[in-house]
Amino acid sequence: MNEQVKIDTDRAERTEKLQGMGCKRKRVEDIRFTQGKGSYVDDLKLPGMLFGDFVRSPHAHARIVSIDTSRAKALPGVIAVLTAADLKPLGLHYMPTLAGDVQAVLAEHKVLFQNQEVAFVIAEDRYIASDATELVDVVYEALPCIVDPFKAMLPDAPILREDIQDKMVGAHGPRKHPNHIFEWQIGDKQATDDVFAKADVTIKEMLVDHRTHPSPLETCQSLASFDKVKGELTLWGTFQAPHVIRTVVSLISGLPEHKIHVIAPDIGGGFGNKVGAYAGYVCSVVGSIVLGVPVKWVEDRMENLSTTSFARDYHMTTELAATKDGKILGMRVHVLADHGAFDACADPSKWPAGFMNICTGSYDIPVAHLVVDGVYTNKASGGVAYRCSFRVTEAVFAIERAIEVLAQKLGMDAAELRIKNFIKAEQFPYHSALGWEYDSGDYHTAMKKAMDAIGYKALRAEQAEKREAFKRGETRELMGIGISFFTEIVGAGPAKNCDILGIAMFDSAEIRIHPTGSVIARMGTKSQGQGHETTYAQIIATELGIPADDIMIEEGNTDTAPYGLGTYGSRSTPVAGAATAVAARKIKAKAQMIAAHMLEVHEGDLEWDIDRFRVKGLPEKFKTMKEIAWSAYNAPPPNLEPGLEAVNYYEPPNMTYPFGAYFCIMDIDVDTGVAKTRRFYALDDCGTRINPMIIEGQVHGGLTEAFACAMGQEIRYDEMGNVMGASFMDFFLPTAVETPKWETDFTVTPSPHHPIGAKGVGESPHVGGVPCFSNAVNDAYAFLDAGHIQMPHDAWRLWKVGERLGLHG
Amino acid sequence: MIPGTFEYHRPTTVESAVALLMQLGEDARPLAGGHSLIPLMKTRLAAPEHLVDLAAIEGLRRIEVVGDDVIIGAMTTQHSVIASALLAELVPILRETALVIADPQIRYKGTIGGNCANGDPGNDMPALMQCLGASYQLTGTGGSRQVPARDFYLGAYETALEPGEIVTEIRIPVPPAGHGYGYEKLKRKVGDYATAAAAVVITMAGGTCISASIGLTNVSETPLWASDSAGILVGSTLDAATVNAAVAAAEAITNPASDMRGPSEYRTKMAGIMLRRALDRARARATV
Ligand SMILES: Cc1cc2nc3c(=O)[nH]c(=O)nc-3n(C[C@H](O)[C@H](O)[C@H](O)COP(=O)(O)OP(=O)(O)OC[C@H]3O[C@@H](n4cnc5c(N)ncnc54)[C@H](O)[C@@H]3O)c2cc1C
Repeated sequence: MNEQVKIDTDRAERTEKLQGMGCKRKRVEDIRFTQGKGSYVDDLKLPGMLFGDFVRSPHAHARIVSIDTSRAKALPGVIAVLTAADLKPLGLHYMPTLAGDVQAVLAEHKVLFQNQEVAFVIAEDRYIASDATELVDVVYEALPCIVDPFKAMLPDAPILREDIQDKMVGAHGPRKHPNHIFEWQIGDKQATDDVFAKADVTIKEMLVDHRTHPSPLETCQSLASFDKVKGELTLWGTFQAPHVIRTVVSLISGLPEHKIHVIAPDIGGGFGNKVGAYAGYVCSVVGSIVLGVPVKWVEDRMENLSTTSFARDYHMTTELAATKDGKILGMRVHVLADHGAFDACADPSKWPAGFMNICTGSYDIPVAHLVVDGVYTNKASGGVAYRCSFRVTEAVFAIERAIEVLAQKLGMDAAELRIKNFIKAEQFPYHSALGWEYDSGDYHTAMKKAMDAIGYKALRAEQAEKREAFKRGETRELMGIGISFFTEIVGAGPAKNCDILGIAMFDSAEIRIHPTGSVIARMGTKSQGQGHETTYAQIIATELGIPADDIMIEEGNTDTAPYGLGTYGSRSTPVAGAATAVAARKIKAKAQMIAAHMLEVHEGDLEWDIDRFRVKGLPEKFKTMKEIAWSAYNAPPPNLEPGLEAVNYYEPPNMTYPFGAYFCIMDIDVDTGVAKTRRFYALDDCGTRINPMIIEGQVHGGLTEAFACAMGQEIRYDEMGNVMGASFMDFFLPTAVETPKWETDFTVTPSPHHPIGAKGVGESPHVGGVPCFSNAVNDAYAFLDAGHIQMPHDAWRLWKVGERLGLHG
Repeated sequence: MIPGTFEYHRPTTVESAVALLMQLGEDARPLAGGHSLIPLMKTRLAAPEHLVDLAAIEGLRRIEVVGDDVIIGAMTTQHSVIASALLAELVPILRETALVIADPQIRYKGTIGGNCANGDPGNDMPALMQCLGASYQLTGTGGSRQVPARDFYLGAYETALEPGEIVTEIRIPVPPAGHGYGYEKLKRKVGDYATAAAAVVITMAGGTCISASIGLTNVSETPLWASDSAGILVGSTLDAATVNAAVAAAEAITNPASDMRGPSEYRTKMAGIMLRRALDRARARATV
């Protein structure tokens, strides 16, 4: 072996040993998850622990005439029954929401949605608690309810929120009607209207992103344990943002923050559902403070689907203006946002409609104007970002459907129209008409790669033939080709425009290297299944030259982890991942000083080589990070404090903008309305790829949830406000059998402002997937002039389309 | 999703089971695989105070041929139905149907007796049993009686079972060799009850249909035996016009509820489509 080969082999071996960035490292957390050894809230058992359960409203809108708890209290094993009357003296019958509204913890005079919390029974076991809920006698006087958001602001609409009836200025400005929450505007109205007045071609479509639910497999739950002697509260719960929960608990309970220990143990999926604070958390805390024993609350499936945060329910009137040859000139969008009974959206404070203004998408659209009106209805509250950054799925759905509608009107190929309007690689950083600065992208390259991979031209030819065959009566199948080219905005975010309850949306990492060279690192985020324990360790491994297997990642305990804003909106990699790299670099700088001292050279004479500092030009003179760690504790250089650790609170200078090109090939059975996905190809560009296998897993999961949302998943209400199908019998959670096979691919356009160039990927497939499926369905029927077909595209709805078009003979 | 309080009983003979049920009266329910009953209890749509588990009773799990009939013990699981070589050979439509019930985990526990006795129009076995002309042996304190599946279902969750009676076995006349069969089920996903489903058994001779029987699942309060529809097919070559008429006759007797699977008119039309497809399959399988 010649010398150079030897060196290369040695370096390759050392790199491989680290299992750092770019490595398909197996998820370390899966060892416990796949053996049933995870520890979730419901696994926790404390001595003397009691259980809480809710009495819930059967009505969508009703006045509470009386609540009689005496029969329930008389049941052996029942310890207490809380109602609004008990919480009111503590000021806890309402709690603040992240959106600047208040939300009833237990209903006082009125209930505003079906299954709203009315009383909280605390008993010795869950069975007794559940029995007792049936013994609480509540007399209701039913009121007319509002289910359709378009009826919320009619002059004679019943007033829902009497508690804020007189407050005509809300957290986001004036309210036009007692059922109005806010109006939010952005963009240049005049310039946009002018463009629309003069354009060759315009389209206008009402696009509904229907109400659904993030439905994590583990429901929301908490366990509160108050130590009356120490005056300390320990709260375990399903918290995507444990530090924020601690702050909120402190603010509303008056307990000092250092006497509150919030712990998020293993979490079985969140998808946005576990960002907010819920009545169950508050009631378990109050129960424990009052009774001095631990109180657990565990939501069941129906409660989860029907009460804790829903997602979407955006009704988007979307318009595009273009030239005859397909250059888009402007975009105009009005959104009617149904927030349910309370405004409990989990968005950064200044963004009542999230980042809906990313709706100009991947296109260079010169002017745009967006208006969002939020309204109250008699439905559960929420409006959380379900596997997406704030309202980004909605925004991408709007532009990606609208551009197809425009393509059809222009008689242009939908892929070609996109390519024609893409922001060009040389335009980055790109300033969008609605105020964002896109960090990086190369859309043309990604689109071309995707179209080549899928064989786009041949598919269109096949589709043309199938359409003719259908017209001739030779087949009863329609073929649809769905496209979406999405741009996300994730990693919230810069302090100048992102905060939650006044706390800037930074995130954090604290890395401590032990004398023997192994590491513990703690972050302000909280994995719910994303594989943080694996990926963060890979970042540190590459940055510090320590094998990932020697690095332990810890999150979720507010006593030990540095403060962070939590995990949602794909912010872990863009924000805490950046903090991790920066903290590691601080350590590395110190390590370099120690190495220089050990090697008796100047710092500047050293260079980094995978897992060591070596003397430039003398590669045999080096100190490994492991040796340096020992020295840091054993013989630090004079004037340098011992130890080797660092903390970083990272405030990102900008968001990151992942993008991707998705294609879906679908065959629809006209007679039953059943749609089969033949192929689904997803090309993602999330910048630097930390763990390709985890990325692939995230893409598979996100696409599966996108498939669910587009093809059947919904939370529906009847006109009485009864929530329909809030169980897994009806709520569509696809199994492996229904789920299409996913083909994944990628390009790499690093983020220029992120320390390692990574952008976040957990949500891209969901954001890009929903419109792709819907476009495939719409494309299948497009040649029959079906007009826009609303989601969800379950079989009966597609059959109805066939009926409308007279396809069933 | 927390059930109410109940007592659990585990008799070892049919006699003691029916005696217990008789004695405990309305507050008691037999428990078989539990995959229909326990979900109802968890949502408190059912709150029996006593469960009489039939699992420990000897002799209720068997599959055998007696004369021209196949006898299946009530506690035979759906999984065992699928695994039985005997059934696969003699009544293959049973296997085809059992395979589209729920999912493998549920089929390991769920029983054919429970599926037939439950009285939920969503269950797949009842319409098949009607199609096959099966009968149920019902045993009570006063002895046993046979009730045809076609007479057993009175309404949603209402059956011919008298207080204290249990289904002990299911008797299926073996269809003639060379018969064609098909069970077609439209469902939203694995583990879902039918939007609509159809069971078809036919025999053909010289290109003519000489016998036909049709059952429809989940398109009315009870399973439906579509005798008029089947009657239209008999004597025909299963030409398009005849099939259309049979489908129309089958659709005419449906009365499905509108639910999350779709509105009533959709489910009626799907019953027709499932019938068409089951019939196509049956015809392809029949020895002419
Ligand atoms: C998620 C899910 C999906 C499902 N999907 C389907 C499906 O697609 N198709 C389908 O057909 N079924 C489906 N089922 C139901 C399943 O097949 C049940 O197992 C079956 O309906 C009942 O059988 P069991 O043995 O579990 O009865 P149990 O649940 O124990 O009993 C059901 C009822 O019958 C009574 N009973 C039981 N055995 C007897 C007896 N021998 N005599 C008298 N009364 C008796 C019980 O008292 C009870 O009222 C599904 C169930 C679940 C949980």
